Amino acid sequence: MSAELSLIGPILAAMLAAATPLLFAALGELVVEKSGVLNLGVEGMMLVGAVCGFAVTVKTGSAPMGLLAAATAGAATAALFGLLTLGLLANQVATGLALTLFGVGLSALIGQAFVGIPLKGLPKLNIPGLTDLPVIGQALFGQDLLVYLAILAVPLVHLFLYRTRAGLVLRAVGENHAAAHALGYKVIRIRFLAVLFGGAMSGLGGAFLSMDYTPMWAENMTAGRGWIALALVVFATWKPLRVMLGAWLFGGVTIAQLHVQGLGVGVPSQLLSMLPYLATVLVLVLISRDVARTRLNAPACLGKLFHPDA
Amino acid sequence: MSLIRLEPRGQASQAMVYLTPPLAVVLTLMSGFVLFLLLGFDPMKALHAFFIDPVSSRRGIGELIVKATPLTLCAIGLSIGFRANVWNIGAEGQLTMGAIVGGGLALAFYGHGGWWLLPLMVIGGAVGGMAWAAIPAYLRLRFNASEILTSLMLTYVALLLLNFLAHGPYRDPDGFAFPESRLFEADAVMPILWAGTRVHLGAAFALLAVVGGWVLIARTFIGFQIKVIGLTPAAAGYAGFDQKRIVWLALLLSGGLAGIAGMGEVAGPIGQITPNVSPGYGFTAIIVAFLGRLHPVGILLAALLMALSFIGGEAAQIAMGLPKAITGVFQGMLLFFLLASDVLIRYRVRFGARRAVA
Amino acid sequence: MESSPPADAPPPRLELRGITKRFPGCLANDHVNLVLQGGEIHALLGENGAGKSTLVKMIYGVLHPDSGSLLWQGQEVRVPDPAGARRLGIGMVFQHFSLFDTLTVTENIALGLDNPGPMAALANRIRTVSERYGLALDPDRHVFHLSVGERQRVEIVRCLLQDPKLLIMDEPTSVLTPQEATKLFETLRRLAAEGCTILYISHKLEEIRALCSRATVLRGGRVVGACDPRQETARGLAEMMIGSELSTPERPPQGATGAARLSVRNLSTSSDNPFATNLKEVTFEVRAGEILGIAGVAGNGQAELMAALSGEALIADPAAVRIEGVPSGHLGPRARRALGLAFVPEERLGRGTVPELSLSDNALLSGYASETLVTGGMVRFAKARAYAETIIKGFNVVTHGHKAEARSLSGGNLQKFIIGREILQRPKLLIVGQPTWGVDAGAAAAIHQALIGLARSGAAVLVISQDLDELFVLSDRISVLFHGRLSDSRPTHETSVERIGLLMGGLFATPPDEDGEIARAL
Repeated sequence: MSAELSLIGPILAAMLAAATPLLFAALGELVVEKSGVLNLGVEGMMLVGAVCGFAVTVKTGSAPMGLLAAATAGAATAALFGLLTLGLLANQVATGLALTLFGVGLSALIGQAFVGIPLKGLPKLNIPGLTDLPVIGQALFGQDLLVYLAILAVPLVHLFLYRTRAGLVLRAVGENHAAAHALGYKVIRIRFLAVLFGGAMSGLGGAFLSMDYTPMWAENMTAGRGWIALALVVFATWKPLRVMLGAWLFGGVTIAQLHVQGLGVGVPSQLLSMLPYLATVLVLVLISRDVARTRLNAPACLGKLFHPDA
Repeated sequence: MSLIRLEPRGQASQAMVYLTPPLAVVLTLMSGFVLFLLLGFDPMKALHAFFIDPVSSRRGIGELIVKATPLTLCAIGLSIGFRANVWNIGAEGQLTMGAIVGGGLALAFYGHGGWWLLPLMVIGGAVGGMAWAAIPAYLRLRFNASEILTSLMLTYVALLLLNFLAHGPYRDPDGFAFPESRLFEADAVMPILWAGTRVHLGAAFALLAVVGGWVLIARTFIGFQIKVIGLTPAAAGYAGFDQKRIVWLALLLSGGLAGIAGMGEVAGPIGQITPNVSPGYGFTAIIVAFLGRLHPVGILLAALLMALSFIGGEAAQIAMGLPKAITGVFQGMLLFFLLASDVLIRYRVRFGARRAVA
Repeated sequence: MESSPPADAPPPRLELRGITKRFPGCLANDHVNLVLQGGEIHALLGENGAGKSTLVKMIYGVLHPDSGSLLWQGQEVRVPDPAGARRLGIGMVFQHFSLFDTLTVTENIALGLDNPGPMAALANRIRTVSERYGLALDPDRHVFHLSVGERQRVEIVRCLLQDPKLLIMDEPTSVLTPQEATKLFETLRRLAAEGCTILYISHKLEEIRALCSRATVLRGGRVVGACDPRQETARGLAEMMIGSELSTPERPPQGATGAARLSVRNLSTSSDNPFATNLKEVTFEVRAGEILGIAGVAGNGQAELMAALSGEALIADPAAVRIEGVPSGHLGPRARRALGLAFVPEERLGRGTVPELSLSDNALLSGYASETLVTGGMVRFAKARAYAETIIKGFNVVTHGHKAEARSLSGGNLQKFIIGREILQRPKLLIVGQPTWGVDAGAAAAIHQALIGLARSGAAVLVISQDLDELFVLSDRISVLFHGRLSDSRPTHETSVERIGLLMGGLFATPPDEDGEIARAL
């Protein structure tokens, strides 16, 4: 009994950690999509963030500098996307795919000097008393700061979108860009800022992976998490609080399959590793089949090009 | 006020449709020059090693064709879908399933082969790819699930499945636990078309796909329907075109071609099942499709160029110690420049802020 | 009321001097001068494409003039953007509303204000203002629940909350019933009496004569006249606007009508689109040789009716829609066309045609079957080109040939092309949505003539339109669609604009009985 209980704490802690990169990336993409832009380049931005965060941390020895670099690098690649889709009216789907392919290549190029270097990982919170609580202490009060930051970002994004004027304007731009333009809002500028935010969040999500979750750099180490984050936004019907639930769900699936592998069940590890991807497909199917709900919640201008003179 | 403005053209510029891909190539080469400088290599030498040396021999040109074969097959299929707004980005997974099924047949009939085995493998490869592409088609039409995400998720699943098979059921029983299958028998290997190279029957399939693709989009009514659905779905509904049928067609066609490409890899240059069948042909094919303007002939040219970036990357790594990852950077940059210069087709670029007086 | 101010009068509220605006390939405004006095209701009159919308967009700062100057209460000003216009005291109600469907009324209004303040306080202000001007609104509702008339109220209240000195109304009555329009006029007169200047844009002559004390007429981007519309006849205004004699379509008397070519029985729909209006037991028929007009304010089920008739939306009960007596509810557009249906949708670009494709490709779009442009799965491109040329010649489509992209044509020419494409397929039944919306007068007259000619040659024609004037010109019988229900039809010569207007406001369902029986107001 007590042996099983003692497992719950680490499992809960691992689940929260596994959910963190998804939470960062999905929250960022949610804001981007709310402004009416579909950026499929999340995977690429995460990879660039991961490698830049790792490289700067190794070179400077400072984790905060690494995180700053990761967010900046994510935003910089997102800026490239923004320039093409918002400035030069390129197709958003194609450009997003290009961004992912480019991010995979660029991160591999930057990262090849850093393969095999270990990193210490980020400092963990330690509140004497609370962290030592049985079962849940480690999970709730013994995580890295980034885990808390990601969770804190959920209510912040929610409050921004639904309680501030800037958030209202951003939703309006995503809902009807022609009307927003007619009222005098700078559609392109607002969307560009949203895209930059999305890039920075993806960069942080990637950096969490390379600097903390598995503190090392490996090519393609995001392993599809950027795409899962995109699916999470759909799953959450563009609502921040539900993004968090979705991220925890996927964190749970990931950790569960790792634990089952660890228990040495007779199922090959490759087949267990398929679970998060299959779960993504399942979740997409369950959510998307309710067309009415998707229509009510999806930003009406999602993926549509906007040219002020047209 | 911005200094550069975009002014819509009354009519799309046909000249720009043809001029922008070469423009994107030139811009990529110029950026490559700068990139090599930054990395501390002699740019001229590096570009030479990357783009000229690999194709200065018969063997090199043969390798170019070998690599262009799966790219062309995948990209032709993808382009049909992209024209109809069917965003299959899981060609890599469909290619892998083609290899798993086609290669699996070779292993299943190991020692009992005959002339019929290879045709059976081709069919098996196509069916494997089609089956894998049918899942996103069904999920999109039945449940409205985005095929972008489902086809990509299934790619990860297919790659894991291949990995599992290579480590388990497909493994060579006499192979000392290496994750590789037996080498295929002669009956199960693609015939070589050009002696002294590895150019195989798949190249002929690719050419066939180019011709077939051209007839489909340029001459048939199905091709016209695909065009209308891609540009204006509401007009397709008005005209009575069956959009579900086109989604099925696009995904099955691209899945089948990708499956044949995957089967061609294991039965061609590789000759066995390994955990890594493709260096990302299915993803690069997305770039090939766009670079070729979704046009079969353009795709053929773009596939050759992209194949060059693959073998150039390998050659430059050996000759000068250039990092192999540069290939991916080149490919991504090329697509970026192409998408950026596409704006010239529908817009004129004007410099200087418009005078705003009131 | 005196229209010219005394010598020591304050400067005009707004004065435009020599405003010029050029778009690629078109001079939208050519040295336009305009003077608006405080508290007047001033009409800006002109037909589609005359440059009215461009001019007001420059006043509101959405567009910027290439040259010319703008004087606000005597001071030369520059209006950098709509926020700048609002700061000056200029409000605008757009023709295509600048509203956001999934946001609430309060949120929508907040977006149009520079300092909306807290939402709760704003909601109270909305209630106060809307009551004061008789513009009932619930601040907490989502816009997609509102009728078109209510949406317009949102736009007006948004302007009124800023105490505007100039209110621009762009074609405000095109989406209203005649009774709603009358109510709107009362609100506008009251605003004007309080000192607000109203710039009223329209091409509807009667309402301008009823409402406005001054009119400036635009034609081809130039000011061609200014007058007191109350002193002019509607015909005189029309000729000033069009620049030539007004041609009314010839209308030979209706012969005996033939068999029912389209009969609709108890057609009901349901949709998984939350923004859709479901049809409820719609029943009517159209006979050979007649034109049936269906009136109604936008959003009352027109789109759903069009889709159900064209075959874009399938109906579970095949017998709900019969074409030439054949149950067709389950048939797609292709099969219905084979029965003799031709169809002109409301959206010309993006449904009736593919904007980026050539006219010959767009001829193929709906003509592939009846004109045998496809054999053995292969397209006969030469034949499609010839068909496009036939349409262009037969219907005087102004373009540089079959290679022109559909989007390069003006609204009127594109509509002539689409109508021509459908009529040349010799349909037994033609269904047309909004045949002349946004079309210039010359093209509109040609389109009306073609539709009447088609009906008189024995086809059945169904016209679904929001333009009552048009329906009274075209139709032999008129019905009204309201909240997805269709009224009984009336012969056109036995009814009046007022009666149809009441039906458009929903007065035929008084009250909606338990068994769904519809009490008739006529």
